[in-house]
Amino acid sequence: MGERPTETGSGAVLEAPVLKARGLVREFRGFRAVDGVDLDVAEGGVHALVGPNGAGKTTLFNLLTGFLKPTAGSVRLGEHELAGRSPESITRLGVARSFQITSLFAELTPRRHVELALASPTGLGWRFWRSDKALGRFSARAGELLDEAGLSGHADVPAGSLSYGSKRALELALALALDPKVLLLDEPTAGMGVEDVDRTIELVRRIRAGRTVVLVEHNMNVVASLADRVTVLQHGKVLVEGPYAEIRHDERVITAYLGDSHAAH
Amino acid sequence: MILSRLARSGGRSGPLLLAIGLVAALALPWMIYPPVALDIACWALFAAAVDLLLGFTGLLSFGHAAFWGGSAYCTGLIALHSGLPFPVAIVGGAAFAALLAVPIGYLSVRLTGIYFAMVTLAFAQMVYFIANQWRDVTGGENGLQGIPRELFGVDLSEPFYFYYAGLPFVLAGLFAAWRIVRSPFGRVLVSIRDNPARTRALGYPVDRYKLLAFVLSAGLSGLAGGLFAIGHGFASLEGVYWTTSGQAVMMVILGGIGTLWGGTIGAALVVQLQDYLATAGFQETGIVTGLIFIVIVLLFRRGIWGTARHLLDVRGRAASSGDTAPEPKEAVDTPA
Repeated sequence: MGERPTETGSGAVLEAPVLKARGLVREFRGFRAVDGVDLDVAEGGVHALVGPNGAGKTTLFNLLTGFLKPTAGSVRLGEHELAGRSPESITRLGVARSFQITSLFAELTPRRHVELALASPTGLGWRFWRSDKALGRFSARAGELLDEAGLSGHADVPAGSLSYGSKRALELALALALDPKVLLLDEPTAGMGVEDVDRTIELVRRIRAGRTVVLVEHNMNVVASLADRVTVLQHGKVLVEGPYAEIRHDERVITAYLGDSHAAH
Repeated sequence: MILSRLARSGGRSGPLLLAIGLVAALALPWMIYPPVALDIACWALFAAAVDLLLGFTGLLSFGHAAFWGGSAYCTGLIALHSGLPFPVAIVGGAAFAALLAVPIGYLSVRLTGIYFAMVTLAFAQMVYFIANQWRDVTGGENGLQGIPRELFGVDLSEPFYFYYAGLPFVLAGLFAAWRIVRSPFGRVLVSIRDNPARTRALGYPVDRYKLLAFVLSAGLSGLAGGLFAIGHGFASLEGVYWTTSGQAVMMVILGGIGTLWGGTIGAALVVQLQDYLATAGFQETGIVTGLIFIVIVLLFRRGIWGTARHLLDVRGRAASSGDTAPEPKEAVDTPA
């Protein structure tokens, strides 16, 4: 616990951050859920956002993906400014997200889900004069992606009847179907048992190849086994940033997670 | 007998139902008063157009009178002043309705639920106001009268014959609605209805999809309204009044939201009942239709068609799991 990395990380200069947030603020009726966050996500890495409940992780996530508009600040993806764009246009620039609370179409089968995701960039969705059988051309690719997510046995049952773990896997398959440059996963292991957590870690390891992954995660084992870099948030601000090995011994992080209820207020 | 056959045929009952529907459509003016038959056909298409938005996109429009009635005026003006055959006038009216839906839809599809309903209602009332004030064009309270309905010199003023001249438009419109619902576009619409945030996250521009759905629905409503105007030989303020929007929504709810064909049953019920009551000299038809509406909504939450389909589904499932190997089954007309 001797060394304390500074907020800019342990001196390492990030090369070519693919996703860059500067001075990001989001207010809800005067309450600053995200309060001046700077974030550099290195290309090809896995970057974890951690922090106690209410630290602003999911709000930050929604700001990065266009589901919320920032009160102030900017988000850049390469040369594109993302702040103020709609979620769908951010998706089309190559940023895909999963949802913390499973967000699926209960009556659609996983295959139909993935077909819909695969059809999205092709413009087939506009063809109101064609038979929906035209979406079948994505069926084979959808099957491959579902195999990859470990859903091969459940491709053709309604998603509403899937187990919780399978629903989470489908969330990942959907994000993957969009073939994103940057993949944002909002608590991919939330509410999972140990086996499913291990399976998800394996899956994320496989799909990170050639992509950048940003991960909101509570489970420190998941963070330890996946993340190259960790940003710890507290009260909407960046508390510490650095490699997992460094931040796990940081006193401020330990206080934030364990001692906050005693220390503050 | 028919019911149990339908039940056993499960997901393959589509062609049989289609045949029954076509026979019923062709036989209708033999069974009931021909002008009423045409009204039912027009309202059936209007209801299907409203269901395209309400049942498959999740948008309750309370302003579709603007498209039905607006098209009626436009169709009437074309037929009165250009001398073009009536099919051209109807297509022109439908195109006008679709065009009118572009600005109205653009300004309202961002809203959802009751706000969407209120804003569409407000726009429709504006159209009503314009139709009422712009007497030189619309005839104000007198409406447009004496709209001709001849086709290349053939006189179709006899309602019995005109029904068969108009039916192809209704069938084409219903086919278009079915095609839209069962298209890749229709799949996206249902996704938007069920989970707009997820659909956005998949990269679909939800508002633009809703706008296209709104315009298509308005065009089909215009097709129905134009045919109605030609069939009656007049276009009136009643067509753009808010009760017209309400009646279409009521037909959809009676028949079953999201069933597409349910609105046809709702239309037949409401139009036939109104005609019966009016013939019997009972003027306050709204009270009776309203009461029936309440009873049906309370008893059959899914509407008439929706409830029938649900019962068939349950029977079909029981039948197929009983004797033969279970087969993957889909309801007749839900895009699932």
